[in-house]
Amino acid sequence: MSQDFTPNEMMTIAAARALSNDDVCFVGIGAPSAACNIARLTHAPDITLIYESGTIGTAPTVLPLSIGDGELCETSVTTVSVPEMFRYWLQGGRITIGFLGAAQIDRFGNINTTVIGDYEKPKTRLPGGGGAPEIASSCGQIYITMAQSTRGMVEKIDFCTSFGHGEGGDHRERLGITTKGPTLLITDLAIWKPDPVTKEFTVVSMHPGVTREKVQETCGWRVKFADVVEETPAPTELELKTLRDLKARTDAAHKGQSASG
Amino acid sequence: MAKFVTLKEAVANNLQDGDTVAFEGFTHLIPHAAAHEAIRQGFKELTLIRMTPDGIYDQMIGLGMAKKVIFSYAGNPGVGLLRRFRDAVENHYPRRIEVEEHSHAAMANAYEAGAAGLPCAIFRGYRGVELPRVNPNIKTVKCPFTGEELAAVPAIRPDVTFIHAQKANRKGDVLVEGIVGIQKEAVLAAKRAVVTVEEIVEDFSDISVNACIIPSWTIANIAVVPGGAHPSYAQGYYARDNASYLEWDKVSADRDLFREWMQKNVFEATPEDFAKRVAHLRTAR
Repeated sequence: MSQDFTPNEMMTIAAARALSNDDVCFVGIGAPSAACNIARLTHAPDITLIYESGTIGTAPTVLPLSIGDGELCETSVTTVSVPEMFRYWLQGGRITIGFLGAAQIDRFGNINTTVIGDYEKPKTRLPGGGGAPEIASSCGQIYITMAQSTRGMVEKIDFCTSFGHGEGGDHRERLGITTKGPTLLITDLAIWKPDPVTKEFTVVSMHPGVTREKVQETCGWRVKFADVVEETPAPTELELKTLRDLKARTDAAHKGQSASG
Repeated sequence: MAKFVTLKEAVANNLQDGDTVAFEGFTHLIPHAAAHEAIRQGFKELTLIRMTPDGIYDQMIGLGMAKKVIFSYAGNPGVGLLRRFRDAVENHYPRRIEVEEHSHAAMANAYEAGAAGLPCAIFRGYRGVELPRVNPNIKTVKCPFTGEELAAVPAIRPDVTFIHAQKANRKGDVLVEGIVGIQKEAVLAAKRAVVTVEEIVEDFSDISVNACIIPSWTIANIAVVPGGAHPSYAQGYYARDNASYLEWDKVSADRDLFREWMQKNVFEATPEDFAKRVAHLRTAR
């Protein structure tokens, strides 16, 4: 408990805790991938992790740099083609949790990973949606993890790549979407859950040492706090050690020597 | 029946200026050697299709070879943004390119529809999102049985598809293993298909009858190019060169550095150089 930890470590560990053994989780690269594998290496050894490259039930010893690294396939229960992944497994309703990151997010969990600025004349052209638009609508529920900043957490996203709760309320149902959408947002400062009626993300827990002011300063909309805001339990020694070991293994594996140039 | 030729011949025989072409590989078996050969042969006005246009399309776009890109994720996988692609979209450098953007689900379904000889793909997708607003090729259809509104996109039918694969047998049947991605669909959707392989073996008698095998008679040309996927990888042969993907982020960030790199590593290089590039990445078999 007394051990020091960074906000990013707290974020990854808090996200990992939200996953259970019974989950079938569609894993995005980056922070979601770290969280999912920490869950697997600590309290949820039997969790099923799925990467969009077609690998089902993977158990990598290092974090993949991309969603298609060879180790994901070598350690998987089975590897299927990309059309099968998106048709049978995702669209077929087999995935309980989709775990996404975001470049921009709004208070209703709508996500932009496409452009900053106008689509036709973008200030920054981002990679785009990839699997996210259908992950967001076909998984049972969506967890989102990202570091807080006023650039990332905005009043209005520049482009809606992946639909969260739209304008809030019953917007998903009105569009015929039957899944729950974003039910959890885990940042480096806090844990957020949607209000049951308005669906606006509301802070339900703050990480140790974090203040309401800090949460508000790094968020582009006026933050709603739950009536009772809890304190997120600090990372345990086991959680921290597992995360740091994983990161060290990952860094060593990805360094290597480039063969060209 | 597939004809075994050199990579130079395979590209010259099958690709033409103005073609719609897919160099596919979903984060595995990416046909880098074939793309570099196409760059050396200097094709123009290409429409490039790829779910995950990474380094090779960044290179072609950076050299002005593409007039249009159809894609679903334009990133350097696991690293970040595609900087030559960004320069083309944001600054029209070296030229303006047309962009047709989809989601992975749409592209995967569209390749499958192409392979299946259908005019379009139908799936549950794009609900609530903005891509249909900026891409007129995303439409909706009503299920005639349930009334459910579903997304529809045109089938993908490339003039040519290039893929890399592990091996061919003497007859020209091709084995794809590991993350098979969209390789089979991309070949079957195309009018002509070219495959580069790590090696040729006598026969496939030791391989499961359910393995992903693309029969010889669906392929135009096969070229043997050991290491031909580098810096991507070939499961069972060599690992992904993650350091090269990280390096590309720096190289592609600067227009002059990019040109220098292309001169040294593509224009002055040959298909045989790929074997050397994977020497330190070889995996035990």
